[in-house]
Amino acid sequence: MTLWLIIYRSLRQHALSTVVTAASIALACGLLLTVWMVKTQSQAAFTAANAGFDAVLGARGSKLQLVLNALFHLEASPGNLAWSDYEQIRRHPAVKTAIPIAVGDNLRGYRLVGTLPELFAVELAPGRRFELAAGRMFDPLAAEAVAGSFAAAQLGLRPGDTFHPFHGLTFDERNRHAETYTVAGVLAPTNTPADRVIWLPLAGVQTIGGHDPRAATDVSAVLIQLRAPTAGFMLDMMYNKQGNRLTFAYPVGAIIAELFNKIGWFDRVLELVAYLVALVAAGAVLASIYNSMSARQRDIAILRALGARRRTIFGAVLGEAVAIGVLGALAGLVVYAGLFSAVAGIIREQTGVVLTVMAWHPALALAPLGMIALCGLGGVVPAFKAYRVPVADTLAPQS
Amino acid sequence: MLEVTDLRKSFPTPDGSRVEVVRVAAFHLAAGAQCALRGESGSGKTTFLHLIAGLLAADRGRVALGAEIMTDLPESRRDRLRAAKIGYIFQTFNLLQGHTVLENVLLGMGFGPRGADAAHARELLDRVGLSHRLRHFPRQLSTGQQQRVAVARALANRPALVLADEPTGNLDPRHGHEALGLIREVCRENGAALLLVSHDEQALGHFEDVQDFAALNRPGTEVRP
Ligand SMILES: Nc1ncnc2c1ncn2[C@@H]1O[C@H](COP(=O)(O)OP(=O)(O)O)[C@@H](O)[C@H]1O
Ligand SMILES: [Mg+2]
Repeated sequence: MTLWLIIYRSLRQHALSTVVTAASIALACGLLLTVWMVKTQSQAAFTAANAGFDAVLGARGSKLQLVLNALFHLEASPGNLAWSDYEQIRRHPAVKTAIPIAVGDNLRGYRLVGTLPELFAVELAPGRRFELAAGRMFDPLAAEAVAGSFAAAQLGLRPGDTFHPFHGLTFDERNRHAETYTVAGVLAPTNTPADRVIWLPLAGVQTIGGHDPRAATDVSAVLIQLRAPTAGFMLDMMYNKQGNRLTFAYPVGAIIAELFNKIGWFDRVLELVAYLVALVAAGAVLASIYNSMSARQRDIAILRALGARRRTIFGAVLGEAVAIGVLGALAGLVVYAGLFSAVAGIIREQTGVVLTVMAWHPALALAPLGMIALCGLGGVVPAFKAYRVPVADTLAPQS
Repeated sequence: MLEVTDLRKSFPTPDGSRVEVVRVAAFHLAAGAQCALRGESGSGKTTFLHLIAGLLAADRGRVALGAEIMTDLPESRRDRLRAAKIGYIFQTFNLLQGHTVLENVLLGMGFGPRGADAAHARELLDRVGLSHRLRHFPRQLSTGQQQRVAVARALANRPALVLADEPTGNLDPRHGHEALGLIREVCRENGAALLLVSHDEQALGHFEDVQDFAALNRPGTEVRP
């Protein structure tokens, strides 16, 4: 209790430096956690966000681009494949499901993706399927649409609304198509990139005016579920090694993981910056307490005269550093919640992938504890200085 | 209560030799007794009190507080003995500026075996007439009030011995007079022996038992290292 009193009063007495150093700890802690959690969570979320498909078949090109375009609804399509290619893979014995998609139009920046109603029967993740929040599924032969939850919310689409598609993947007022589509339904949130998509019947997209009439039966990609993983390597051999017209992107998870490897250096730089900030913050704790030490010599000598032992004084100064660390770490969790929400918001906006702020990860305990330990370490130096204050000499200079 | 035997202390000088400051052959103070030592500035009074309180290690000799021998103990045990048995009053009060009046008194007992006892602290502050100033900080008090806080703090750990080092040095004569009366009374009420050192005749005049420190303390002129 006496120790707490001394620590508390010292923190109060040096309130400004307490707040400033705790704030720098909070910043360091928040940054470290954000970098860490965004990295691990987005890696997990993106790798899992395969919409239930094992592979993607598309035009010859980059597997990553194919996956990003077909499953994440990012990037442009590397090209088209013929309807016969779709028919061929659909009938392949190793293929459980094959669903074609056609990309190429947008509604105010949100992609219009043509597909077959079967897509909505596929399990997005074990036990999770598309569900309608309002309205009904589109009629595959009508000019109807079903909107993903995020796109619908952003554009204010409701069943019964009508719209004109715009040509291309980026919105340009001048590229409006003449066709009118009616919103038949709105999907419930899936927390996947599909939330940003407005789905149309495949036949519709293929025949929208202005598209090359000869390509009317082409598709952008085919999403594939396999009967067994081994079949993937067989198809990989067939399309990628023996053939040279198409690209078979498999396995999706490995292709996304490769993307994260490519941008891994960026994570590492951020992480390094966060570690440096943490070190600087611990240094700030050390310096601020150390600098106040000469002004506190007298108080220390008085406490010693009252019977405090050297190790009690050592403990009080160390405790002060740790207390600043604790304050900073707690505030750091708040900083983290704020930073992470912001980053998660941007990721959601850009990709539809949802990261959860409240998800538990050992780093949430380790980073604050590590930061507190680092502060304690920083406190050792001034604590040792306090430990060595000569009592009699400090009290004496009268006479 | 307090037995000092052949106590010696020297300090190093800049030229590498040592100068002896304290050499007290024998000094005795009975339990609950009050004694004042008269000594000029620089005569080693403060050093003598520091040795008794265990704030300094003696070169040789013995300080006994009842059954316990301060001079035999290592530093941390001297600290504990001081926390348990000694109250200290300084010329400059030496209150902790960051702590309230009440907290200063609580810290006077916090390191002792009984720990902090808020009721006792309030009682003492009430006794020195400061019960209405508990939450004030030292700088918000007059010097006379500050010295009264210091008096309450010195008695907080229920000490057997109170050491007072020129306690009136920073007070005007009237407040000095009051402070001395108060110190003597509360020591008596709490059963603490009082050893006061001063060069101030007015302060010394309060005491029945006044000894010349110069007669007691006969340091050698110089000691080889
Ligand atoms: N730590 C020290 N190092 C060297 N000399 C000291 C030290 N402490 C006290 N002295 C010297 O010892 C002498 C007595 O000091 P002090 O005990 O403070 O006397 P008083 O309290 O009677 O004025 C002084 O000459 C002082 O300079
Ligand atoms: Mg002195």
